[in-house]
Amino acid sequence: MRLKKNIATSEEGFIFNPGTGDSFSTNEIGTEIIALLKDEKPQGKIIESICAKYDVDQNQFEKDLDDYLSQLKDYTILE
Amino acid sequence: MEKQLKYAGKSGSKKIVIAVTALNAIDSPGPGVAVIRAIRECPDFEVRIIGLAYESLEPGLYMHDIVDKTYQIPYPSSGTDTLMGRLIHIHEIEHIDLIIPNFDAELFNFIKLRDQLNDVGIRTFLPELAQFEARDKIKLYEFGKKHGLTIPRDKIIHQVKDLTEAGEKIGYPMVVKGKFYDAIVANTLEQAQKAFYKIQAKWGLPIIVQEFINGTEINVAALGDGEGNAISVIPMRKLYITDKGKAWAGITLDDVSFIELARKFVKVTKWRGGCELEIMQTADGKPYIMEVNPRFPAWIYLTAAAGQNQPAALVKMALGKKVEPFTDYEVGKIFVRYAWDLITDIREFQKISGTGEL
Repeated sequence: MRLKKNIATSEEGFIFNPGTGDSFSTNEIGTEIIALLKDEKPQGKIIESICAKYDVDQNQFEKDLDDYLSQLKDYTILE
Repeated sequence: MEKQLKYAGKSGSKKIVIAVTALNAIDSPGPGVAVIRAIRECPDFEVRIIGLAYESLEPGLYMHDIVDKTYQIPYPSSGTDTLMGRLIHIHEIEHIDLIIPNFDAELFNFIKLRDQLNDVGIRTFLPELAQFEARDKIKLYEFGKKHGLTIPRDKIIHQVKDLTEAGEKIGYPMVVKGKFYDAIVANTLEQAQKAFYKIQAKWGLPIIVQEFINGTEINVAALGDGEGNAISVIPMRKLYITDKGKAWAGITLDDVSFIELARKFVKVTKWRGGCELEIMQTADGKPYIMEVNPRFPAWIYLTAAAGQNQPAALVKMALGKKVEPFTDYEVGKIFVRYAWDLITDIREFQKISGTGEL
């Protein structure tokens, strides 16, 4: 699961898909996940990284991450 | 070899005199004002712009930083002789180097007059009549079949009873379209019949019944050199659409498939001049050509803003210069159209209405 190469992102959480013209805003955690995806980190590493940094139940985060990634896929942001 | 211009400009200056139509910068805008804006921004030449208008209230007439002088011309239904007579009169005064017509309905006449205009020293850069007619809505499916372009299936009908058979062939939902304009999506035979009568009353016959394609609408502005080369191709997605289906905001896209499709269209038709491809991209990424407009779109200034000034490139080619195809453009460039109340005076309105000049 990788971020498409031409996807433009900003530190403020703005995501632009130049292939479709769609743009999105994401929150702070979403921005961090996008940055990790940009670095081609696998899902396991993303879970590890976020759970180490924030006080979050891992099971809950895994579910939320699944939802988030499937949203990104629906919007053709992920390959 | 580059030909010498017959006229350098009105008073011996180096200004190129360009006549432009479609100055109706209204809610369903003609491309004229955007074409002129792009041409004026090109640093390679100086221009004097002659507006050619059909009506007294086309906003471009009153935009004196856009149009230097305007003349009214006869409606396309008046025929080529009347139009030529008027153009000769204007040419005697203005020494026009180039005419860029921008209305679908007037193109047939200008294409027909191309040689006569050239004989008196007025250049054009228009498609051949065969190219122009091949992309007509009524022939588009056959055209696509011949050249391997994906076009929705359609059926041309002249009677309402033909809708039953068309429905069986194409299925529902279907799109009922007018010869020149309008499209209504019909989900049942009854809806299709209603749409048929409505469009027939407005645009006459025949009616085009087309397969409904669900997807994202993409528009592509392209410029062909007449030898099969696409000098520029810019894809745009509408971000805001008016109730007339016109783009009020749009953004340039980075998608090779649209660019290749437009290049293929220009190559197989050897298209000369500007055109706009209306494309519907399905969820699985397949691009269908819904329509081909045989002139620049009203959003053409976006091509200049994105780094490929199509109107300026057309001017250069029309004047005999070789233009290399553009390679890059800025993705994510956005246009947002706006309404502005231009204030003029009754004297100006009176002048254009009474004398046909402003």
